[in-house]
Amino acid sequence: MPVLGKYSLEVLGSYGVTLTLLVLIVAFSLRRARKVRLALEEVESRRVANG
Amino acid sequence: MSLWEYANPVKFIRTTDKVLPWVWVLCAATLGTGLIWGFFFTPDDFRMGSTVKIIYIHVPSALMAINAWLMMLVASLIWIVRRHHVSALAARAAAPVGAVMTLIALVTGAFWGQPMWGTWWEWDPRLTSFLILFLFYLGYIALWEAIENDDTAADLTSILCLVGSVFAILSRYAVHFWNQGLHQGATFSLDKEENISDVFWYPAVLSMVGFGRLFVALGFFRTQTEIRARLTRALLAREGQM
Repeated sequence: MPVLGKYSLEVLGSYGVTLTLLVLIVAFSLRRARKVRLALEEVESRRVANG
Repeated sequence: MSLWEYANPVKFIRTTDKVLPWVWVLCAATLGTGLIWGFFFTPDDFRMGSTVKIIYIHVPSALMAINAWLMMLVASLIWIVRRHHVSALAARAAAPVGAVMTLIALVTGAFWGQPMWGTWWEWDPRLTSFLILFLFYLGYIALWEAIENDDTAADLTSILCLVGSVFAILSRYAVHFWNQGLHQGATFSLDKEENISDVFWYPAVLSMVGFGRLFVALGFFRTQTEIRARLTRALLAREGQM
């Protein structure tokens, strides 16, 4: 760990917020992709079943 | 082969499916290397101390905040002129990513500004235009969510995107227009005399490339999702008519 001195709160805060937001946007995108994929599969399987 | 072939949703999904794993790997490699190098292996600046390490996230996120909007502008213009659904959906998919980049730039800017300027926030031209850009992102996302008809939503959000582009450009050049703010001019320059020292420059460039690749990876991935969501809505609408 580098010595951040008196600015450790600002530097660690910046990195903490950035990494949290990046993880959140990736996680949110993956979750929505899964939900949409499942919904599409359901509709398509219903279409096949109904001919 | 024409670029317009990718306006075909199936072709777009098939191509991006092949490309995406490579973009993710390259993104992880460059972003990881840039941030680890910058955070752990660069010295403090003689004036800014350890806060100089914020440069590896603040500058790339600010760059991507503006570039994401410009990408949305191009995609919106393609929608307005050629009515390709994939371009409208690509703009929609990019907006939350751009909003996150803008928020990161604003927050890390505040963290950096506090010790350097003695304040978290100042109504400085660049800071203010960035805040307005963030509000435009939120408005753009909200407009897509508020309108049920996809084509109408694409039309109206494209117009909003054109208007918001003024602030995207302003947030880049505000420092040059109004020479009265706290925010400094460009950190990076091709002029070796003006540019920052190589010891900060190389990891910063890697981080910028990494953020760029993250935007491309998320943009492709989220556009695929939007295409599937639109297809689902279309199929459900057809079911309802039967």
